[in-house]
Amino acid sequence: MSNAAEALGWWGVPLAVIGGAIRVSTPFLFVSLGECLTERAGRINLGLEGTLIMGAMSGYATALHTGSPWAGVLVAGLAGLLFGLLHGAICSLPRVNDIAVGIGLMLLGTGLAFFLGKPYIQPKAPGLPAIDLGWWSSLPQVQAALKINVLFVIGVICAPVMLWWLKNARLGLVVRTVGDSADAARALGFPVIATRIWATAAGGFLAGVGGAFLSLYYPGSWSEGLSSGQGITAVALVIFARWNPMGCFYASLLFGGAGALGPALQSVGVTQGYYLFNALPYALTLAVMIIACSPRRTLAGAPGELGVTN
Amino acid sequence: MTRSDGWAATIDAVAIPVLAIVVALVLFGAFVAIYGVDPFAAYGLMFEGAFGSAFSWQNSLLRSAPLILTALCTALPARAGLVVIGAEGALALGGLAAAAVGHALDGANGMVTVTVMAVAAAVIGGAWVALAGALRYWRGVNETIASLLLVYIAIALFNHLVEGPLRDPASLNKPSTPPIADDAMIGAIPGFDVHWGLVTGVLLCLAFWVLIERTTIGFAIRLIGDNQKAARLAGLRLGGYVLVVCALGGAAAGLAGLYEVAAVHGQANASLLVGYGFTGILVSFLARHNPLAIIPVAILIGGIGASGGLLQRRLDLPDAAVLVLQGILFVTILASETMYGRIRWRLPSLVAARRPA
Repeated sequence: MSNAAEALGWWGVPLAVIGGAIRVSTPFLFVSLGECLTERAGRINLGLEGTLIMGAMSGYATALHTGSPWAGVLVAGLAGLLFGLLHGAICSLPRVNDIAVGIGLMLLGTGLAFFLGKPYIQPKAPGLPAIDLGWWSSLPQVQAALKINVLFVIGVICAPVMLWWLKNARLGLVVRTVGDSADAARALGFPVIATRIWATAAGGFLAGVGGAFLSLYYPGSWSEGLSSGQGITAVALVIFARWNPMGCFYASLLFGGAGALGPALQSVGVTQGYYLFNALPYALTLAVMIIACSPRRTLAGAPGELGVTN
Repeated sequence: MTRSDGWAATIDAVAIPVLAIVVALVLFGAFVAIYGVDPFAAYGLMFEGAFGSAFSWQNSLLRSAPLILTALCTALPARAGLVVIGAEGALALGGLAAAAVGHALDGANGMVTVTVMAVAAAVIGGAWVALAGALRYWRGVNETIASLLLVYIAIALFNHLVEGPLRDPASLNKPSTPPIADDAMIGAIPGFDVHWGLVTGVLLCLAFWVLIERTTIGFAIRLIGDNQKAARLAGLRLGGYVLVVCALGGAAAGLAGLYEVAAVHGQANASLLVGYGFTGILVSFLARHNPLAIIPVAILIGGIGASGGLLQRRLDLPDAAVLVLQGILFVTILASETMYGRIRWRLPSLVAARRPA
């Protein structure tokens, strides 16, 4: 990295940011799409941070035992599905606060992953394959930046599909109605509780897959410091994206780029403000919320049943 | 509220959390049993490590002090109907402010230095959390998300300052602020190995309980928490109260940072950020945001944390076992919220029957 940056000088910075944006954004993309689906059904799942870490651990362990990274991705998704089911079921009890349950599940998921993941810190599991889109360039930096993981591609396809599905499919309509007005959904005969539970479970599945990307591709190993709060950021990111799946995709790229800016600048010798760059996504989200909210109206695009809007 | 309702509510308030704790312990026991560890051995060791000896009591109390203070950061706003989870940020910035001020006043009188450090920690912590309250009131920004974002911004600021402008060049392996002078350190309570943060926490809990339950300000805060519309109709200025509860809670969490710096570590570094702010949320929910209940709950949770080492050494359980138990506890406690007012205790019916019509 440092050699590459030396050769290209400051040009290495935007290149590293682009490459980083693609790499770093993938977990953001999956977690935020999952959170987007959950929130469109009217619930907030703050526990996706725990789900992400649980997915990373279970995916890594499965890939190690079976030798197949794709089996790892599947198991990571299923682990996330279970956590989503748990969140969805508990929050369906009357008077239970979904945000607080999320914090509890964040703690539980992290704890379980650290507990069960102890034996997997050392061994090396097979990673996910990447597609070389930078074959045309002789510059190693360009090749590195354009090494695209298959999961990223899947995520990029997922975003418009989810957007279309929410808009046009019957089930998408059910999700939107349940999220906007439980009363209207009930009047139409839609199952409110069941829809929210499965929307949370499906969201958990996506977040688990995002976790598998962390442990199986980038950074590509299991450790307790693996997640740098992507699960938390994703909740903010969905607000930033105004609950639009395509918005989640753009916002993931932006947040990924912001996350990659610190290390990229560090590689050309700018070490000042490294931590401040890490805080950029959070500050950005807070700024968006401050600008977009007002005491008299809710955020544009926010599902009406969401606790976040008032 | 009739008298029998009052009885039922009192029994609810004691029995339901106890039941939730029992369920959590059973689930945790089942979990370690699957892992191949005798659950009763684990329970025994947990008790031994938390409250089995004078040493473990001290260890538990030492951990409970910051938990009491950070729990207040969630509990006070919760009484006004706000879910604030920003204690970790207030702790970080409060501790950092204390360390910076303590170093700047190097050579001054110890008592003066400690006082100024405490004021700095409380003001910074209070202002940081009040920011979330202000955004909630004036911009309608959800206070839970805002306070969480502020935690991460605070941690980034903390890391930036500790590793940059405020770094002690002598701290090589672990970036830290310069150590504060020995006479500005806060000692232990005489006869105990526990610092004064515990006493401060207990006193603040008492003070906040009186404030909430026995003053008109507290009545207003509870009214806002119960029914915002009614509070508005009664002519209460909501903004002021929202700011006050957030600032007071944040100040308490800032003081947690002060004691971590001035009574434990002697400087600000990554050792401050071990999650006391997040565990404090658990304590507050477990205590149902009642300042008096926070004291025993914090000691209990502190004890669970203190027993982690023993579980690790004797039973070969990973250190994350404590985290798992805390997570299970948190989830069962929150799920138990749904039970309040739904159990028909036998006693209330007796009380009601005996009461003259």
